Amino acid sequence: MGVKTIAEFAAEGQKPEILFWVGCAGSFDARAKKVSMAFAKILESAAISYAILGNEESCTGDPARRAGNEFLFQMSALQNIEVLNGYEVQKIVTACPHCFNTLKNEYPKLGGNYEVLHHTQLISQLISEGKLKVEGDAFKGKKVTYHDSCYLGRINSEYEAPRSILNELDANIVEMDQSRSRGLCCGAGGAQMFKENEPGDKRINMERVDQALETGANVVAANCPFCITMLTDGLKAHEKQDEVMVLDISELIVQANGL
Amino acid sequence: MGLSQIIFLVLTAVVFFIAFKQFGAIYQNIKLGKDEEISGDAGWRWQNVLLVAFGQKKMFKRFIPAILHFFIYAAFLMTQVELIEIFIDGFGGVHRFFAEPLGGLYTFIISFIEILSVLAFVATIVFLWRRNILKVPRFWKPEMVGWPKLDGNLILVGELLLLVGIFSMNGADTLLQQLDPAHYPDTGNLAISSWLGPALFGGFDASTLHVIERFGWWLHILVVFGFITYLPFSKHLHIFLAFPNVFFSRKRSRGEIENMPEIMNEVKSMMGLVEDTGEMSEDIPEFGSKDIFDLSWKNILEAYTCTECGRCTSVCPANMTGKKLSPRKIMMDIRDRAEEVGKNLKSGSDEFISADKKGEGVTLSKDNYDDGKSLFDYISNEELYACTTCNACVEACPVMISPLEPILEMRRYDILTNSSGPSDWLPMFNSVENGGAVWQMPEERAAWTKEDN
Ligand code: SF4
Ligand code: SF4
Repeated sequence: MGVKTIAEFAAEGQKPEILFWVGCAGSFDARAKKVSMAFAKILESAAISYAILGNEESCTGDPARRAGNEFLFQMSALQNIEVLNGYEVQKIVTACPHCFNTLKNEYPKLGGNYEVLHHTQLISQLISEGKLKVEGDAFKGKKVTYHDSCYLGRINSEYEAPRSILNELDANIVEMDQSRSRGLCCGAGGAQMFKENEPGDKRINMERVDQALETGANVVAANCPFCITMLTDGLKAHEKQDEVMVLDISELIVQANGL
Repeated sequence: MGLSQIIFLVLTAVVFFIAFKQFGAIYQNIKLGKDEEISGDAGWRWQNVLLVAFGQKKMFKRFIPAILHFFIYAAFLMTQVELIEIFIDGFGGVHRFFAEPLGGLYTFIISFIEILSVLAFVATIVFLWRRNILKVPRFWKPEMVGWPKLDGNLILVGELLLLVGIFSMNGADTLLQQLDPAHYPDTGNLAISSWLGPALFGGFDASTLHVIERFGWWLHILVVFGFITYLPFSKHLHIFLAFPNVFFSRKRSRGEIENMPEIMNEVKSMMGLVEDTGEMSEDIPEFGSKDIFDLSWKNILEAYTCTECGRCTSVCPANMTGKKLSPRKIMMDIRDRAEEVGKNLKSGSDEFISADKKGEGVTLSKDNYDDGKSLFDYISNEELYACTTCNACVEACPVMISPLEPILEMRRYDILTNSSGPSDWLPMFNSVENGGAVWQMPEERAAWTKEDN
């Protein structure tokens, strides 16, 4: 698939409608790369003009800031803002709620002001505008549960967009015991992803996976590359990875539409 | 002037003097924090005061405790109305000053208080039972031993004593109104006492009833006085502080961590984005928070406001899975540390002046304070680094406290000033700094677009 960079657009004297911010996970993590691909396919099928930054993108600085390393955050963020402002970017979409949050809520104080969407928000818009149709009955009769990521849900109060997409599938949507504003963290946020756990009785992802398994769902729908890793690891520890799939919302659409 | 009037007067003066000193000390301790102006959006602030503090909106996420708490709270508020009369009676040596002028309205108000008091009584019993017999887990965490546990129970016992006072007073009064109408003005038929009085004290003679009535009256006011002087040591400060605390809530997105303009400007000048002002001072600056002096005054106000309810801890993913971190403990530690520093400062003792600032004529102040301790003696790195920044604690707190803010400020101190922190993070820091990604990657950032899928 020909995903163009914003530099390529610029070379042709053009500007894309929207910038797809891929993020570190979406660029390098084997599992998350599949999500990037799935989302790119959706953008393509809805005929959206979009571009990526490619090598000009770097970490938003979310984990550095939350770890307490403000210098590193500022370095990353200011460099990204230079690039984004250089291309006069106005609208950004990303499949990572951490990137989403930082771009949306933290960059303005540093001089980066953009309209930022999480990919579930854009997809849900495309559906309601009729630009994207969810077809097929790939999920007919399947039980799907949805995991609210902290950074999309509790922190940015977006509970409906992902659910509205799931409702397009012909699936049986079941909620976990703790959902929406009470949703339980997967354990990755605050730069926990990059370090060993403090001593305790249980890993946080195991607690969340237990809640997901209790619903009897065949699919756990997620919206964050780190949640996907955490939940998948949890299922593996229970040797349930073949029975229960953890999929990004964009992947559900791709499967349903056979893209 | 009668003896009881004099006793009442002296007692009131003493209680208010003590309270004034104690509340003054708390105010000073809050001001030990960094100055920070929090203002603007008055409409939003008053709305929070109305809905969250006064209306207890966030409590109602858990209905049963919320409704029980509401009974106690409403009874407390209404009792203040009754207190006005108690003070007038106590100072003036009169009895039920408002009964005659208010007439039917008086009957209504006192009846209303009585009904709320009964509801509060039920709530109190349920709360004692929940805390001590049912052992609701959030009241049985490691930080809830000793004073915090006693504190939680004491207040409930105090509430019971208050009720005994109110009903002895009103119950005996109802009977006395018939026996001695000259001294006991008609209150009308009080909702509870009109039948509880006769049921408990029916057939007693006037002098016994008089003793019971006085006993109830004094018990009532003594519990109130006790409560006023006890508040400053208790989690029950929240009945006052919840209001300013909610009013001064920061209006910013939950997802935004406080920016550090000093660092931003430094990095901007490093990158050549702004002119280097050369203003960086020679001293090696300290970043983040090591002690209460480096926290905002708002964080300390939050610590004093904390109700120790543990709603935050009960939803904290780290705590739930057995880690040492408990957001409630973070707030309790900040309060304890502020109390400790405040006490030491008040002592004026030279031993708390930092060694390099000691000298002739130097007096102890917050600027030269050093007792060799800091918040890190209360809060360990193991706690700080277990936080996932999930904001569940922030969402759960009924009085809009953020335990997450001080956690992040202390992380900043440890990482930026101490150059310490979990060694696992170093590779991530290095990769971000040198490669612009959280992992060290050999391939191009856009390589995924070329992969088969
Ligand atoms: S933000 Fe940190 S302290 Fe608060 S609930 Fe989440 S993990 Fe616990
Ligand atoms: S911080 Fe808030 S939720 Fe936590 S114990 Fe204190 S009052 Fe309760």
